[in-house]
Amino acid sequence: MNLATLLSADLPYWAQSLLRVLGGLVAVLLPAGTVVYLFLFKMMSFMQSRLGPMEAGPQGSMQLFAEVGKWLQKEDIYPARADKFIFKLAPLIVLASTFLLVVVVPFGPDALFTDFETGVFYALAVSSVSVLGILIAGWASANKYSLLGGLRAAGQLIAYELPMVLAVVGVVIQAGTMNLQQIVVAQNAGSMFGFSSLGNPYVITQFVGFIVFMIAVQAELTQTPFDMPIAESELVSGYMTEYSGFRFLIFFIGEFATAGVFSMIASILFLGGWAVPFSWFGWTTIDSIDNWMNIVGPLILFTKMIAVVFFIMWIRFSYPRFREDQLQKFAWKVLIPVSLANIMVTAILKVAL
Amino acid sequence: MSLLGDRQQLAYIAAQAADARVNVELETEGMTLNIGPQHPATHGTLRIIARLDGEQVLWADPSCGYMHRGYEKLTEVRSYPQVTALVNRIDWLGSFANEVPFILAAEKLMGVEAPSRAQHIRTILFELSRIANVTLFLGDLGVQLGAVTPVFFAFRDREYVLNLIEGATGGRFHPNFDRIGGLKDDLPAGFIDETRNVMKKLRGFCDQIEDLLFGNEIFQSRTRGIGVIPKDVALQYGMSGANLRASGVDWDLRRDQKLPLAYDKVDWKVITHPDGDSFARCWVRLQEVRESTRIVDQLLDTSPAGPIMAKVPKIIKVPEGEAWVSTENPLGEMGYYVVSQGDMGPFRVKIRSASFNNISITPWLLKGVYVPDIITILASLYFILGDIDR
Repeated sequence: MNLATLLSADLPYWAQSLLRVLGGLVAVLLPAGTVVYLFLFKMMSFMQSRLGPMEAGPQGSMQLFAEVGKWLQKEDIYPARADKFIFKLAPLIVLASTFLLVVVVPFGPDALFTDFETGVFYALAVSSVSVLGILIAGWASANKYSLLGGLRAAGQLIAYELPMVLAVVGVVIQAGTMNLQQIVVAQNAGSMFGFSSLGNPYVITQFVGFIVFMIAVQAELTQTPFDMPIAESELVSGYMTEYSGFRFLIFFIGEFATAGVFSMIASILFLGGWAVPFSWFGWTTIDSIDNWMNIVGPLILFTKMIAVVFFIMWIRFSYPRFREDQLQKFAWKVLIPVSLANIMVTAILKVAL
Repeated sequence: MSLLGDRQQLAYIAAQAADARVNVELETEGMTLNIGPQHPATHGTLRIIARLDGEQVLWADPSCGYMHRGYEKLTEVRSYPQVTALVNRIDWLGSFANEVPFILAAEKLMGVEAPSRAQHIRTILFELSRIANVTLFLGDLGVQLGAVTPVFFAFRDREYVLNLIEGATGGRFHPNFDRIGGLKDDLPAGFIDETRNVMKKLRGFCDQIEDLLFGNEIFQSRTRGIGVIPKDVALQYGMSGANLRASGVDWDLRRDQKLPLAYDKVDWKVITHPDGDSFARCWVRLQEVRESTRIVDQLLDTSPAGPIMAKVPKIIKVPEGEAWVSTENPLGEMGYYVVSQGDMGPFRVKIRSASFNNISITPWLLKGVYVPDIITILASLYFILGDIDR
């Protein structure tokens, strides 16, 4: 019995939902957050000519747990004039957005939580839920800096949602499906100019779309050079200013976990996802894939995710920050026209070839 | 208004018009934002009160004095040798440079001149503290603009300079090394070779920062054309140092003044930039670090042998009189007006520190800019709170 049948057949609906949520948390988000966090911490430290965490565990490998312990011990503070209910709700909404995003990610031929026909559409839709969390975090903090940060975030995330969607449209046209699993299959079963040993990862044909998508992801994650909503040096961490203790931890983990999940989606859409090119083992369709790919698949996806996260963070640690108006100009005057042109070219080639 | 730059003037008028329009239609009002006193961009406890319309600044007003320590008054109850320990703390990143003008003023009153070797070593330490100071500025600049990496490089390479200063004086931050008539000690063994190595490293650091930060398109788009200070305005507000030179004024007290320091014995040039914007101010500072390393290198070669202390009495009493000495400190012109009534300590000292005058331009400069540009402009003006509040 594989995971998909376990989750679809024998259990009542509430149990399935609970299992999926717990699965999303335990199986994916926590390890992803931990490994991404450690990897990034070390990577960042070496880029900045320092060692990074060294004390907690061998080479600082237990640092995340030490930090969680630290944050949990902190007093739960909220500002006197804050709207308490909404203030407490905001980090959970941000985290929920990340959760909901994990749900559609396929990890192997059968290792997936849900098999949406419109997975791409769903992923792009739920990723914008986090805007709501950030906006109300900024509003409920009763702090001018937070308010400015929240408003900046709202303006920025809406501006960058559009190029992100448009960049993915190219992939959808080329694959002919919005199902993430089938996009993976289409890439690995495909061939380039009759040469099938690499499959057909869309990063090559949809190179423009990939670049636009990654820039939009960078903005969506509010990482430098698009981190004006956080902007430590101007807005003193923006919408997170008033958060401390466990709520801050949720924002903090959410930031890294979302980076991880977006990288997974990027690697599924553009880098071939969990699979290896099917011609290597003589597979043709998704049903003919050997069962061991359910174990190896997640590892492959994880490796690709780490590679993509590395690039996201590389940019983050080496670039200064845009100004708000420059960012809007960049989104509306550069990214959107480029991605529209990409869609047109893709559509023409799809029909012509 | 004629003194405002075109861009700022237009932005200001547009902001006022937009404010009026919005107020009529929606009955909204602007927001007053307190930047500081506790804010990472203010290097301490400067408070800037900004009236915002959206993210545009209608007016901004710096409010200083949160860290006033009363050094001018404290000098009146100290003897001359004790004062250097106080004034060290004014610009705490380039401490040794604060001592020199005071000591020179006291020497001027006493009619003493330090021996040639002492003058050379003073100049070396003066330039080292300038390098330590501006190196940190270059790293901090990145942080203010959102690039976190340069600051670690800056701290790493400033460490080498601080080690040198510690090796020579015994104090990393507050040397308290300058004496009336010379210096406390001679240079330690091995100092010259070590300094040569460090100067080489620092030139590498300058190249690195130039690649990493100054060549970056985002950095340029954030700083070019932002916070433009025309030549005449800079002079009217009494700006000095790199801020003035970035506005195209060829003015450097190291060259323009005859002081008992060794600047006239080496080959160096004054860096200016015609633009007067934030980028120019940062660029001038970067080039000045390079020039400083050249100055230090040459002084290491040409330092004469000899005593490091002139003949001064054990108990220093400064004859009656008044003296004004100012030098080109890392942040700009720093001067001491010392009034003596023949006692062991000064009767009154007026300290002219560079940052206080440099930030006095902010109400003029910040009109019509956006909130992120406030940070860029403040970072490029480069003040140190101790230097503002004294």
